[in-house]
Amino acid sequence: MSLNIIVLAKQVPDTRNVGKDAMKADGTINRAVLPAIFNPEDLNALEQALKLKEQHPGSKVTVLTMGPARAAEIVREGMFRGADGGIVLSDRAFAGSDTLATSYALSAAVRKIGDYDIIIGGRQAIDGDTAQVGPQIAEKLGIPQITYAEDIISVEDGVVTVKRRIESGVETVKAKLPLVVTVNGSAPDCRPRNAKAVQKYKYAAVPSEVAADEAKKEFIEKRPYLSIGEWNASTVDADLAQCGLAGSPTKVKSIENVVFTAKEARRIENNDEELEGLIKDLIANHTIG
Amino acid sequence: MANFYNDNEALKHYLSHPLMKKIVELKERNFADADKYDYAPQDFDDAVDSYDRVLEIVGDICANVIAENAEEVDHTGPQVVNNRVKYAPATERNLEACRKAGLMGMSMPRRLGGLNFPITPYIMAADMVSRADAGFENLWGLQDCAETIYEFASEEQKQKYIPRVCQGETMSMDLTEPDAGSDLQSVMLKATKKEDGSYVLNGVKRFITNGDSDIHLVLARSEEGSKDGRGLSMFIYDKRNGGVNVRRIENKMGIKGSPTCELVYKDAPAELVGSTRLGLIKYVMALMNGARLGIAAQSVGISEAAYREALQYAKERQQFGKPIINFPAVAEILSLMKAKLDASRALLYACSRFVDIYKIYDDIAKERPLTVEEKKEQKYYSRLADAFTPLAKGMTSEYCNQNTYDCIQIHGGSGFMKDYACERLYRDARITSIYEGTTQLQVVAAIRHVTTGTYLNKIREFEAQELKPEFEAVKNTLVFMTQQYADAVQAVMGVDDSKYHDFMARRLVEMAGHIIMGYLLLDDAQRNEEFNKSLVVYVKYGEAEVARHASFIGNFRPEQIEDYLYTNA
Repeated sequence: MSLNIIVLAKQVPDTRNVGKDAMKADGTINRAVLPAIFNPEDLNALEQALKLKEQHPGSKVTVLTMGPARAAEIVREGMFRGADGGIVLSDRAFAGSDTLATSYALSAAVRKIGDYDIIIGGRQAIDGDTAQVGPQIAEKLGIPQITYAEDIISVEDGVVTVKRRIESGVETVKAKLPLVVTVNGSAPDCRPRNAKAVQKYKYAAVPSEVAADEAKKEFIEKRPYLSIGEWNASTVDADLAQCGLAGSPTKVKSIENVVFTAKEARRIENNDEELEGLIKDLIANHTIG
Repeated sequence: MANFYNDNEALKHYLSHPLMKKIVELKERNFADADKYDYAPQDFDDAVDSYDRVLEIVGDICANVIAENAEEVDHTGPQVVNNRVKYAPATERNLEACRKAGLMGMSMPRRLGGLNFPITPYIMAADMVSRADAGFENLWGLQDCAETIYEFASEEQKQKYIPRVCQGETMSMDLTEPDAGSDLQSVMLKATKKEDGSYVLNGVKRFITNGDSDIHLVLARSEEGSKDGRGLSMFIYDKRNGGVNVRRIENKMGIKGSPTCELVYKDAPAELVGSTRLGLIKYVMALMNGARLGIAAQSVGISEAAYREALQYAKERQQFGKPIINFPAVAEILSLMKAKLDASRALLYACSRFVDIYKIYDDIAKERPLTVEEKKEQKYYSRLADAFTPLAKGMTSEYCNQNTYDCIQIHGGSGFMKDYACERLYRDARITSIYEGTTQLQVVAAIRHVTTGTYLNKIREFEAQELKPEFEAVKNTLVFMTQQYADAVQAVMGVDDSKYHDFMARRLVEMAGHIIMGYLLLDDAQRNEEFNKSLVVYVKYGEAEVARHASFIGNFRPEQIEDYLYTNA
């Protein structure tokens, strides 16, 4: 059977190579110095979706992302790698959303899409590291969820079989469609961009981008496959009280800027006693555990 | 994220070469595919933007998949299991990445599933793949055998095989045999015509790169009783039909990830390509020219890797209280490595542009008669491609060997250990000046263009070009070198002895090479000051080399050749 797959993806600041100017004085992220990237585990999720699409011909992969209009880059990136299209959920009303408000807005968008079999997202985003949005969406939609997935093994007769990472190893579980799957970073890497897809979709854009580009406007409008959806709060019938800051019970009290610096050097001799001492010290100060 | 395209300014420089506009417009037939295929370009800028984006994908895969796997592939290598080749697992991952990215059949037309890229951006991809892993370049780069099917096979064969190559099936060219290496006229593999008109192949092939490929191009003797090249024809063997087994793979010094096979053909069904008897004299010559350009790209890629490894080590390694790059003796090696690398790449892309134009004209000529003007251009570029291909293959592969040697030298004792990539590069480089025709055979192909003046005419064209005034001094050196070259050619050709001509041929070809590469770098420096240093260093080097050859030739009495020849052997 063909599947309708929604991939949840987020554009995040690249926090993996953080320099000393990564945080501003007020403790917020200095987005100007951190490149915006496709959240790494969302790429693992996209790969699972594209694999399912290959196994189930006729399937459709839609990338759904919430963010400013430039988050259309994420949808394009998905299309370059094999997704069929996507939607950017963008509204000032969503600004300042915590995980509860984010999952509310995204679940409203999923309802608006309506026809879906599997929603796949990364386990967590590298800017917040909460791992809450996927599970909350499942709860709001009232459907099952499988977290920490490493491999969506099969989808047969409305039942999905998933190998998931647990603390002591892996386990294989089954659940009924439709459902939410969150994918762990230990899952296979996403495939590269495809040469034909890049050439086909390079001008794909959301309406606000199209409006700003007179030269390409007619070209894009003639080709429906180049249109990326751009939805706002009213498109998805969202209750504004549950959106953005208003809908976010999480309040950030303060942010502490922790900088690791090497203060001292210790020389360890190459013998069992010294090494054991080092290991005990590292356990004691929670460097390893 | 590391990217072999984005970190290499030279590739973008050549992608924006002025001649690219002509190449792209011809290749795209003035953008006739624009409304037929959703991935076809609308105009020149759109096409170049597409090449740029696709090369970025190649750069990503090269840096993050293929280069990362190179060491593992070198250690694991392929195996023969039940007469079939089993690639190293990491090789499979490389191939899978290239297939998923749609990087197979890049130069094939869209109607057959390809990207319709000109040769030049395809060669850029080959340049990067080789930098990542020269052995893998062989497997990936054999896709250019599809060119031969496209040029010479029937429409039915094109429809049958080329889309499969574009989907990621691999190819091989089964030419050499135990007794037919450089001398392909001695090929013995027997092609027997059956009553229904089809053929079967019987015999043995040796040293076949990727010999267990999906689609083979095979050179075989179809004319019973014939002895020379005129009895040889070209065939396609499809692995799906069976009949060819891999007896063994060679245990090689380098490019270990690329299986080099001995093949046994036992009544293997095969399809004739084109006409009988043209196998060697027409089709293999075309195939080899494409392959030689591929080896030039492989050589440039390895040179690039070697230079980068050496540069990084020289900056990091401290001796006598400072990084070794600060010692003039080390700096000189590095500067010369870079100059040879840049000169090699300049020659590679000059050659690929010539190949592009004449091949596209050949293709257009199948659709409609060429105009008089177009025919003239086709002839002009075809001749240049013919002259530059052996020159590029010969010079770049020798420089690639020199650069990997110097890369180890920069690493000192550590370079002799197995701990650094330089030792693999050194081993991988060694084959480049041997296969697809040794350097000595490239000279045989190139010397014609010394005697008929193709090189000198091109040099005179370079000479006539307008220059920024600050480059006059360099140009004067090149003009002087040209005079020495012209004198040397006259001196050698003035002696009526073909052995003597053969003896001096390599010196003359190299002299032409130095001057041509000097002018190409001079041209690059007009557009991009990044090339200034390499221009100066290379011309200094070339000047000394040309003088060395001129001196050897000038001081040589033709009868002294007897001191060198083994006449009684």
